[in-house]
Amino acid sequence: MTEARTLAEKVWDRHVVRKGEGQEPDLLYIDLHLVHEVTSPQAFDGLRLAGRRVRRPDLTIATEDHNVPTKDVELPIADPVSRTQVETLRRNCAEFGVDLYPMNHAEQGIVHIIGPQLGLTQPGMTVVCGDSHTSTHGAFGAMAFGIGTSEVEHVLATQTLPLKPFKTMAINVNSADGTLRPGVTSKDVVLAIIAKIGTGGGQGYVLEYRGNVIDNLSMEARMTICNMSIEAGARAGMIAPDQVTYDFIAGRDHAPKGEAWDAALADWQTLRTDEGALFDAEVDIDADTLTPFVTWGTNPGQGLPLGENVPDPATIPDENERIAAERALDYMGLEAGMPLRDVRVDTVFVGSCTNGRIEDLRAAAKVLDGRSLAKGVRMLVVPGSMRVRFQAEDEGLDKVFTAAGAEWRSAGCSMCLGMNPDQLAPGERSASTSNRNFEGRQGKGGRTHLVSPVVAAATAVRGTLSSPEDLD
Amino acid sequence: MEPFSTHTGIGVPLRRSNVDTDQIIPAVYLKRVTRTGFDDGLFAAWRQHEDFILNTEPFSRGSVLVAGPDFGTGSSREHAVWALMDYGFRVVISSRFGDIFRGNSAKGGLVAAQCEQPDVELLWKLLETEPGTEVTVDLRERTVQAKDLTVAFQIDDYTRWRLLEGLDDIGLTLRHEPDITAYEQVRPGWLPVTTPAH
Repeated sequence: MTEARTLAEKVWDRHVVRKGEGQEPDLLYIDLHLVHEVTSPQAFDGLRLAGRRVRRPDLTIATEDHNVPTKDVELPIADPVSRTQVETLRRNCAEFGVDLYPMNHAEQGIVHIIGPQLGLTQPGMTVVCGDSHTSTHGAFGAMAFGIGTSEVEHVLATQTLPLKPFKTMAINVNSADGTLRPGVTSKDVVLAIIAKIGTGGGQGYVLEYRGNVIDNLSMEARMTICNMSIEAGARAGMIAPDQVTYDFIAGRDHAPKGEAWDAALADWQTLRTDEGALFDAEVDIDADTLTPFVTWGTNPGQGLPLGENVPDPATIPDENERIAAERALDYMGLEAGMPLRDVRVDTVFVGSCTNGRIEDLRAAAKVLDGRSLAKGVRMLVVPGSMRVRFQAEDEGLDKVFTAAGAEWRSAGCSMCLGMNPDQLAPGERSASTSNRNFEGRQGKGGRTHLVSPVVAAATAVRGTLSSPEDLD
Repeated sequence: MEPFSTHTGIGVPLRRSNVDTDQIIPAVYLKRVTRTGFDDGLFAAWRQHEDFILNTEPFSRGSVLVAGPDFGTGSSREHAVWALMDYGFRVVISSRFGDIFRGNSAKGGLVAAQCEQPDVELLWKLLETEPGTEVTVDLRERTVQAKDLTVAFQIDDYTRWRLLEGLDDIGLTLRHEPDITAYEQVRPGWLPVTTPAH
């Protein structure tokens, strides 16, 4: 009998091209490499300088997402520097034979949205991208992680990466009946996990999310959780594939068909952590106690249930954390002790690789239906991909958003990181379904509260941080 | 990559934790397609404040950054490493690093030296009471030395070896090219390819 192994160990083991000797890392094969305009130009340059080619263009796919404008997309990109970066990607893809989904293409979108929707992300694969939110793809039972530009070049040249095995951590999310309370979403689950283990808690680990709550989540909701594994410091987050996973993949463009499907399915069914396998760490989350969660500070670990008050740094025992909290409140312009529900926002952003999928837009639209934005609030709804956009329009969601007074945009990363014109002005405050509330993340001097799509929509209606139950 | 063995330079105490890569270099500076010239983006928001440590002498000439825990968390942008190095930093000391940042540092030749937090505190005190103190980082011995203070740091053996030798990862991997080809021949046929499906 072989030793009991975790899901992460199984996926790792099947990709070892060469086992490292002594202190040497393993050489790991990469099944899918996603490329975008921001972290790739220097990598392609490196290939050119060394006279190297892309080893497996057929395992590589590129799109334009970080820089692209989300309105007037039929016009040339106004910002010349952004335009150069996008044009550089186009030239590099043409020169090296990499398929690219450019702006205005029906398959264009955020890398982490288009991989799954094309059926390219499948269980048991290794998936990398020069973007830390590559962890998203772990929702399919893939080992998926972000890499830097030197590693992008390395994968382009060799289709492998030298890596030391990650440690494993089980995150057990359970409730009495396996469901979440009304108004609570997978975003709240992951924000609560990050608040519990901290932004460094997952460092060196791959997290495996398990438990009856995870079992009952849709693929979209699972992707939201795995997406933010990096915000807990982890390289990757994974969920074992099950019927929900298979149903999501079946029939997609790049999904296996016929006999290949049967062979793939038989393989995927082995991708579970074995009974008795040991994790290096375990964390339990009691989902019955979870309520809508929001961040108050400037790192994703600084979050609390919406019903609570802005914390008082003086009560934080750890000196570094106390100083960080003081700095955060100063930057965020918040007073210790004020109810989070009283925090007034100017901007609401629904979108990003965290919450830019169709289910997220449906949830936000349901809250907004028949209501309108509070005075002085602007709301941007940015679908994660062109396909999500078309589907939302087929379902009439765009009408719900625009009727409420929100702006309906084209696909891209948009205000999640403000590389395009979608930014907060200094001092502006957002409720945002994205993943990072860092200082200046959404625009210089901007202040970000991370929330779920339903909290974002309710906040847009009331003008202060709110959950849907506050609207009745 | 230039081999790294020891480095001596002015230590800069940065008493901040969770210095994410968005703080090290904001996204707006990532639009360039070159590999150099990112020094103006380093800590761009913070450098607008006159009292920020890199705006004060002698710290503006520093090359060893001593930061709080969880340095380099967040975005995978390798530009964070390039910005630190373009500015003149050769070593960052912290009690904990973001994983991707640590990996990126090793690729670019920046030493991410992991010290115990109490040792970081001792370095902070020394650098604050005697500004301009030079810090020597010895990669071979894995020590940080400033005045009478010597503390140990951690860095894994493989990264240390690569930095000491100044080796290029792609060159190392391509020595195993036959292993890669052999692996490719036994990959299951149902795994997807990216070429358009229709």
